[in-house]
Amino acid sequence: MDRSLLIVSTLCFLAAVVRTVFALRTGIFRPGRFNFLAIGLGFIFQTAFLSIRGHALGRCPLTNLFEVFIFLAWSVALIYMLVGPAYRLSLMGAFTAPLVVLLQGFALIVPIDIRHPVKLPANPWLEFHASISLVAYGAFALACIAGVMYLVQERQLKTHQLHSIFYHLPPLTDLFAAITRLLWWGFVLYTLGLVSGFFKGGPLPRAQLVAAIGVWLLYAAILQGRHLRRLAPRRVATLCILGFTAALTLLWGISFSAQSQSLP
Amino acid sequence: MTLFCVGLSHHTANVETRERFAGHAETQCILRNAGCAEALLLTTCNRVEVYGASEKRVSTDEIARCLAREIENDAHEYAPAFYRYEGEKCVQHLFRVASGLDSMVVGESEILGQAKKAYEAARSSNTAGSYLHRLFQRAFRVAKQVRTHTDITRGLVSVGSVAVDLAQRIFGQLSDCKVLVLGAGETSERTARALASRGVKDLRVSNRSSDRAQKLARLVGGQAIPFEQWPEHSREIDILITSTSSETPLLTPENLAPMLRDRIDRPLFIIDIAVPRDVDPRVNEMEGVYLYDIDSLQSVAEQSLALRRQQVAAAEAIIAEHVADFGDSISRGLNRVARAAEHPPVADGSLRASEL
Repeated sequence: MDRSLLIVSTLCFLAAVVRTVFALRTGIFRPGRFNFLAIGLGFIFQTAFLSIRGHALGRCPLTNLFEVFIFLAWSVALIYMLVGPAYRLSLMGAFTAPLVVLLQGFALIVPIDIRHPVKLPANPWLEFHASISLVAYGAFALACIAGVMYLVQERQLKTHQLHSIFYHLPPLTDLFAAITRLLWWGFVLYTLGLVSGFFKGGPLPRAQLVAAIGVWLLYAAILQGRHLRRLAPRRVATLCILGFTAALTLLWGISFSAQSQSLP
Repeated sequence: MTLFCVGLSHHTANVETRERFAGHAETQCILRNAGCAEALLLTTCNRVEVYGASEKRVSTDEIARCLAREIENDAHEYAPAFYRYEGEKCVQHLFRVASGLDSMVVGESEILGQAKKAYEAARSSNTAGSYLHRLFQRAFRVAKQVRTHTDITRGLVSVGSVAVDLAQRIFGQLSDCKVLVLGAGETSERTARALASRGVKDLRVSNRSSDRAQKLARLVGGQAIPFEQWPEHSREIDILITSTSSETPLLTPENLAPMLRDRIDRPLFIIDIAVPRDVDPRVNEMEGVYLYDIDSLQSVAEQSLALRRQQVAAAEAIIAEHVADFGDSISRGLNRVARAAEHPPVADGSLRASEL
């Protein structure tokens, strides 16, 4: 039952992707309400899935790589729902939907939904640490998407080749302001997640800790560079993409090693 | 009753011919006298067209004579320049005209306002009745739908408007932008005026001749600054419009680099409309600098036009749908009138039998 909810959710996001691709092919690209509605619907099904899974587990559904991917996709959709309409970044949906389809599609296809042989005891600090960190990842993902949008627009402006999509992108300065906000949100949430990790009890894996601090330092450096006006907006946008790639790699590492350790 | 359109446009006649047949205030009344039940004159700089509804055919020659500004004995010589559409073709032509598909600049929206004015004029002089009313109201609806559902009006196609639009694409709200105009030529003035009309409050003008700088500053509500001081102001500004007659570039990467040092997070948009150019093209390679010269602005305008042309097929599909639907609605009107004829009404109906 819960997996079918996830399949329906993925189809909703896929509908937004198909519409965007179709619009790009016909040369008529307008964000419209369809993408927002499709993503909104997909988000509802995601939430329903996580809720059912959470009830079944009796804790936050972050017990294996499959659930981590779905929670991350949910976080991305959540942050989009929060910032997209508010900051006139509805076009972000066109860039957000493919990422969510990729995350959920991967989770559904690859056999990573391995149930733990024993029911894991609830640990509020661990759950808080994991969930808040994933929401931070969602903000970093959106910053990465906004970075891609920035670079696309910047490239078109520099080369004087303005395509249909250019006319639907938010102004360059607005986009940069959105990137900065998303980076701050992500950074604050990630810091909370990192700090709460120290309270979860038990020994902290050294490699994961070093990598997590490395990602934190990378984002801190981006924000510091932005604050001190040492980094040009184009570089900030590029670093957002690199930062998210690093964060995703770390997340994969953490989830993979946690899953390996839990297997008999 | 047949709907028809007779006219000439930039497709078929040069400006001299269009001037000779531009029509006049009495044209619509004369046409009524010539046998048109309804007549409407649409005159723009690129077209002169008469839309009418009549029981009997009014010849193109006769309409051409009505349109002539002076008595023309040789009006028939210009007959090849005139086109004539009747019934469904007339409906389709008007829908295309109102949607900007028949315009010189495809997708321009000025024509819609001109068509509305022409319709209002004909209505107030009682030369347009129920047929033209239905036809034009539908044309306005079609034009709106075409503009909403296609990208036909997307992008700008004149150099000045492209520059201002690009500024908005970079900065969003222009009210907080600081603009420096270097050189007080006609194009600078037009662009500065356009920027001022979009909300720019901080406009500085600099020219070798301080009188001209002050004159332009007054015109656009800006502030004149001595020509020697413009490099200092460049550190603060967001948009630079330059059109001086300098033989050597005023801005090069070497002299711009120190100006950019304190503004790394703010883009600089440079519009170089001077020939020869005032800004070294290498400046465009610098971080955060967007340089557009006259050729690149022209190229963007052409890209917009190409983009609009791509949308023509989508617009034509919308129009075809409406033409068919309009034909159906007229037929339904006919049936109603036929039924009314079987049972004579108390008062005359608003729409009599018509055919397309």
